[in-house]
Amino acid sequence: MPDMSLQKHPMPVQDPQVRRYNFDEVALGYTEEQAVAEAGRCLACRQKPCCAGCPVGVDIPAFLAAVRERRFEQAYAVLSATNSLPAVCGRVCPQERQCESRCVRGLKGEPVGIGRIERFVADRHNAGAASPAPLPAPTGCKAAIIGSGPAGLTCAGELARMGHAVTVFEALHAAGGVLTYGIPEFRLPKAIVQREIENLRQMGVEIRTDMVIGRILTVDELFAAGYQSVFIGSGAGLPRFLRIPGEELCGVFSANELLTRVNLMKAYLPDSDTPLPVMGHTVVVGGGNVAMDAARCALRLGAQDVTVVYRRSEQELPARAEEVAHAEEEGVRLAMLTDPVELLGEGGRVTRMHCLRTRLGEPDASGRRSPVPVPDSDFELPADCVIIAIGTSPNPLLRTATPGLDTDRRGCLIADEQGATSRPGVFAGGDAVTGAATVILAMGAGRKAAHAMDAYMRAHPAET
Amino acid sequence: MFDIVQKESLNPTVQRMVIHAPLIARKAQPGQFVILRADQAGERIPLTVADTDPQAGTVTLIFQIVGATTEKLARLQLGNALADLVGPLGRPTDTEGLKKAVIIGGGVGCAIAYPVAKKLHAQGCKVDSIVGFRTRDLVILRPEFEAVSTRFFLMSDDGSCGRKGLVTDQLRDLLEAGAQYDRAIVIGPLIMMKFVCALTKQYGLPTVVSMNPIMIDGTGMCGGCRLSVGGETRFACVDGPEFDGHLVDFDQAIARAGAFKAYERKRHEACRLMRKEAGADA
Repeated sequence: MPDMSLQKHPMPVQDPQVRRYNFDEVALGYTEEQAVAEAGRCLACRQKPCCAGCPVGVDIPAFLAAVRERRFEQAYAVLSATNSLPAVCGRVCPQERQCESRCVRGLKGEPVGIGRIERFVADRHNAGAASPAPLPAPTGCKAAIIGSGPAGLTCAGELARMGHAVTVFEALHAAGGVLTYGIPEFRLPKAIVQREIENLRQMGVEIRTDMVIGRILTVDELFAAGYQSVFIGSGAGLPRFLRIPGEELCGVFSANELLTRVNLMKAYLPDSDTPLPVMGHTVVVGGGNVAMDAARCALRLGAQDVTVVYRRSEQELPARAEEVAHAEEEGVRLAMLTDPVELLGEGGRVTRMHCLRTRLGEPDASGRRSPVPVPDSDFELPADCVIIAIGTSPNPLLRTATPGLDTDRRGCLIADEQGATSRPGVFAGGDAVTGAATVILAMGAGRKAAHAMDAYMRAHPAET
Repeated sequence: MFDIVQKESLNPTVQRMVIHAPLIARKAQPGQFVILRADQAGERIPLTVADTDPQAGTVTLIFQIVGATTEKLARLQLGNALADLVGPLGRPTDTEGLKKAVIIGGGVGCAIAYPVAKKLHAQGCKVDSIVGFRTRDLVILRPEFEAVSTRFFLMSDDGSCGRKGLVTDQLRDLLEAGAQYDRAIVIGPLIMMKFVCALTKQYGLPTVVSMNPIMIDGTGMCGGCRLSVGGETRFACVDGPEFDGHLVDFDQAIARAGAFKAYERKRHEACRLMRKEAGADA
């Protein structure tokens, strides 16, 4: 008999007044009992609407059933059959817009907490000394993956599971892409990311850091070196700025820069050489997960106060609902319907942000109601540090170094549904194709491309 | 890990380091840079490549000891290794079609100007080199420059070597005397590049400068290296590091170069105190 309670079993979290001063993980994870009880809320309905909401196609009812029966390794086997990074997804997927949004239980009350149970299963598996799954017989095919973010790691995992030899090339000194440099420790501990990467290594995936493909080696040289197919998962690229006066002042940073200093370079630890900005009054511009991450990092770095400025209203915020709630609990102020028009400074450093109020007008091309500035509504916010988190535009490096690789008007790589680009044998997925999106969409693209690469490599065996 | 195979002091504050990095050595062109981390706790800093030896598989870096990381680098010895070396990054210097060029280097910037002069010389371009230093003890790469230059002009702020004055004094004299160049290539302190560009603009001489702003990833991700060039935001790491000097907003670049000055001073002070307590200064 399913558990018919209308609410999810609550996720234990660190007290907001404590956690705003530390980088430890905010959500503490379900206990075994909580996970089993929450899995008991699944009706095991026949249509499995949740599965259609998962970009990597996890058989959700099957893994929940295994949890109900306390067969946790079986649950992990179901999860990891199609998801190479379950401990990551359990933490950072926008479940409310994916699997959980389709859950029948959500029609009346809250949907099953699929993400929370996923996290429990993955963490439980990773805590144990489970023996790695046996490797399949080698196919003799070699694939190169450019970028070790969610798209690249997923693609690598899928290909390794098929028996292909896989090398991942990472430009930074640490693997993980946005999971390492972008998403903060308190939301996705780096030990978890490293553990997932270690799982891939055990499957035979080779990861080479400090390798900027397009510079140290070109895509053509990868083919010449015997790789039969190449996957490009190089990520989103150059941060966008507001193009308003004063943006060049010291104290104005892209969210990527702040997050890289904090997450990749660990600038908040005493033995790190990487400098941190003076936070003071911090203003973050933008409304996505990156903006929330930057705001919450700013609090933890000792900002006097942190304000998130967004041109639309709270309803349009693209960030995960849970992140917005957590940010507010920690003391981040949301200044909605606010449009920054100029940054003002003294002695070359930013000190104030000049803003206008907005109201919501007609829906724009994206379907969202567009912000309209309200005349004479000017006001100023004190701002010692301004973080711009309004998205990115594609990185030009690979496309300019790779002849024959078609891009769209924005500069994103063009790839079909299966990830195939205009160059035979070259596949692409994730933010490099779509522009900035989510971890799980990138993973979905990496997975699809892996299957297309498998077919391509089998059809085009290496010349010997 | 990237082994240090040679190391020497070129002057009291400038060191030359040869590092084993075969893949980078094979690819790096004059004008390109690398990002390095001295050790696991180290920050990522960009340094322009001074030379490469593809056969030996080595990359040469010449750096001035100016901050925490270059101090750390200076303490590394033969047999030590750098935690990371990434590159080559940025676009190579465009030397195509140049027949007569003037190369202007200031201080440690000469280490980056030299490979450009060498490449131009090798392709049959006439090279006038003007290099400037504060004082005699700081002069580097003089014989190297002389070997690849049609005319070589050494300047010093205090007159202790070469001609007393600034690189702009010599350049103005040459231009006044009717010297014609296809291009000026200028590498040195921001303030020097600013004034050279102001001068060459008067003479309508196309001028390229090499920018070295604060940078973290070096691959077009962090946006820390942004500059204003002709009113547009450009990124030194992927769009540069060389730009049309007549379009670069130098005052802004100078201000942005000081973004972390306060932080660095505090750090430096803390380090000095710690060393003092440890008795190292005694």
